[in-house]
Amino acid sequence: MNVFNHESFRDDFTFRNSPAAIRRFPFPFHEDKYMYSVNIEPHLPGPKGSVYEHPIDIDEHYVSEMKDRAMVLAEDPKRCQSLPHMITAEWDMLELLMTSLAESYPELFTLNRDGDKWHWINRPLNIEERFVFGDAGTLPYGPMEYIGRQCQGDFSLQDHRDNNLWMDAGIITTQADWSLDFDVGMNFTEWHGPVPLAHQARVFERALKFLLNLQLGQPARRLNWTMTINPRLDTSPENYHKWGVDRTTVTPENVGDKVHLRVELQGLWRLPRSNAVLFSIRCYMIKMSELVTVPKWARRFHRVLKTLPPELADYKGLTRYRDTTVEWLSKYDDGAPTSPGCGPE
Amino acid sequence: MTATQLRPMRIAEIEPVADGIKRFRLVPTDGSPLLNYSAGSHIVVVMRDADGRMWRNPYSLMGPLGNPASYEISVLRVDESRGGSEFMHRLPVGAEVQITNPVNLFTINRQARKHLLVAGGIGITPLMSMLEELSSINADFELRYKVRSLSRGAYCQKLVERYGDRVKIYRSDRGEKLDLDRVLADQPLGTHLYVCGPKEMIDWALETARAEGWPEENLHSEQFGAPPAGNAFTVKLARSNREIRVGPQQSILEALEEHGVDAPFLCRGGACGQCETRVLARDGELKHNDHYLTDAERRSGDKIMICMSRVTGNSLTLDL
Amino acid sequence: MLVSEIKSRPQYPGLEPDLNARSNLVVCDQAGAEAVIEMMEKAGADFARKSTVFLLDENRAPPATSLAERMKPADTVIHYQIASIATQLAGLLQGAKMGVRVYAAGSEPLIGSAVQAAMQQGIDHMSVRTEHRGSLKRRVQCVHCKTMIENVTVNPVECPGCGLLLTVRDHYSRRLAAFQGVCINAEDPSEVPAQEVMYL
Repeated sequence: MNVFNHESFRDDFTFRNSPAAIRRFPFPFHEDKYMYSVNIEPHLPGPKGSVYEHPIDIDEHYVSEMKDRAMVLAEDPKRCQSLPHMITAEWDMLELLMTSLAESYPELFTLNRDGDKWHWINRPLNIEERFVFGDAGTLPYGPMEYIGRQCQGDFSLQDHRDNNLWMDAGIITTQADWSLDFDVGMNFTEWHGPVPLAHQARVFERALKFLLNLQLGQPARRLNWTMTINPRLDTSPENYHKWGVDRTTVTPENVGDKVHLRVELQGLWRLPRSNAVLFSIRCYMIKMSELVTVPKWARRFHRVLKTLPPELADYKGLTRYRDTTVEWLSKYDDGAPTSPGCGPE
Repeated sequence: MTATQLRPMRIAEIEPVADGIKRFRLVPTDGSPLLNYSAGSHIVVVMRDADGRMWRNPYSLMGPLGNPASYEISVLRVDESRGGSEFMHRLPVGAEVQITNPVNLFTINRQARKHLLVAGGIGITPLMSMLEELSSINADFELRYKVRSLSRGAYCQKLVERYGDRVKIYRSDRGEKLDLDRVLADQPLGTHLYVCGPKEMIDWALETARAEGWPEENLHSEQFGAPPAGNAFTVKLARSNREIRVGPQQSILEALEEHGVDAPFLCRGGACGQCETRVLARDGELKHNDHYLTDAERRSGDKIMICMSRVTGNSLTLDL
Repeated sequence: MLVSEIKSRPQYPGLEPDLNARSNLVVCDQAGAEAVIEMMEKAGADFARKSTVFLLDENRAPPATSLAERMKPADTVIHYQIASIATQLAGLLQGAKMGVRVYAAGSEPLIGSAVQAAMQQGIDHMSVRTEHRGSLKRRVQCVHCKTMIENVTVNPVECPGCGLLLTVRDHYSRRLAAFQGVCINAEDPSEVPAQEVMYL
């Protein structure tokens, strides 16, 4: 894949998915209704061409997403923070991402290592860097920020101590409505605090137990989903007063174009030197008119959205436009049965 | 489901480092790169003898850190009939074993202002990699190391050479006593304590720290220890409808593994919780030898850590 | 007890004396002082002799001086601002040895500042013994402009920094010692929900 879109995730919103991007979209619903679960599975290589093929996925939106990230960070540097004791974890993350990208996309990225003298080439972003691994003075940014600016998706680093995970570092510019500046330093239970219903189902208790036992060389993944009006990546609480009003602009005529399903592919890796856990949150968006080109997804998403419990709809911010969207999707749902699994066929 | 993948390794070097203690240097048989690991990590070494008897013993990785070409462990030969360390000591250079990937249940606290390390005997092994890490990040640290004698204490000279007056050795053959309460009282606010050694030593060190007003959050320890022996009994697996005999020197986990049951494990020392199993019925009382379950969980009799614990009667039925 | 659906809402387990501590540093306001006096009575004179109390005088009943008298033989230092208590606490902890235990009782902003100061000097937050007493007032951080708003008793609250009307969430940051405030009418600025007095 050598052709990258030139598109925007703000202002004129020129973001769009090619047919190939639509086909590989990580549609998250395996049945016609949705409820929370500890839906963690091993992050093993998936089918060729799918978003699961490589540990870190780069797609046609890469260059434009990185441009948007740079803009967010320029406007608000607090989207990237690292408590001082996390420096070893930052280097672990840089190593993991660079080696992964270079191995998965050799036509785009090259990494040559001579002891701790590293030579990194990022062709799509026109970056070439020679630096000393472990010496932050030889990079233009801290290691996490350096590689985070070259990788799609948000990243957080969790320190494992006192039988919990502590989110002590992160680069977060494409979040679905949570604040890194506020949450940095919280533990797993605390930063998931505001999520309704899931706590009663002990979902987080079991997820934490699983993650505390996460092993080197055995990464895990799960999917999360929400919805966004306009393909805006930066839906942070910091800017909520700027983008919140978008939710009131949905009409029966513009659902196809404005309403987006937003899926997060979350990856979890145990890091070697720091014993920290790397958490990636990779965001994929698809507008309704693109989604319904896959008939199974059209039917299923109509049913999922229609039956979603109100507390969940509220928490995900869908309330204002849910009914309009359900109505629009109903045109594509003939009531026929849908096949199990998330795939398009 | 076992905890990790197994990697084939070869013993590249063996060095006696003290009476009854040998250092083993292990290298991958296929030349593939070894994973980096965090200070305090251990591996589980899987060994088989000619008769097919298998041991799975955890050993701390001693360093070096930083893209290691080999993993180094130290093994104390323990005279008891479980035999794992005995078997290891008889292995020659070139022998092959398997290992798990590194696992860490004894990490340094990265926010500590200072790190006070206290070792007793073979308990020095996890602290070796901690010292290397702390030294490389220029942290403030100290080691107090209790040995029976210089001939029985591994690495005394090497530690003093490398870390100078940050290391203090206490030889009990010379009656040297570690005045731990005074040492603890003198530490700056924000110091964390890490203890490894025999159970009695760990208990004493932690109690002394508490008595000196150290909060629980600053106390860390790792206990080595084979699963304690007990009476033989039968374990019934409710789901697979099997009955397996557990010998007096064997843990439930080991008995299951011997019979081809792949039960979950991680640390094999009762600390991590991975092998927690539901108890459906029992004859006699549960003997909890782990450090993981709460008092309430132990009293309830619903759960057991199969890597360390036993039953006093004739049988135990598990949800496996 | 302070109860919420939100798991990030802090719980304060209560003041328990650490009889092994070589010295005790106790932060409280006039409401929290009652909890401190109860703790000292339970722990005995030896404990009180090893204790110093930093009492925030907010000019309410009971008078700070009478509370200080009841804390004896513990020493009491009277302050008039949370910030100056935090500064003195930090100063004492700097260069201290292990064996110091910190306690905080009273309003959440006071507890939060004491825990913050302790954390900055290398004490794990779990080691600080805390008890909530008295006012429910909150410190709130505006997520939009990062302004800290003190003594918030109403919800929603107007941010003095950027003027946005904020809902006060139960989501709490220990690092910032504040609850989160998020614009309540971002989607429809014409909606102006009535202000309720919730945190007196």
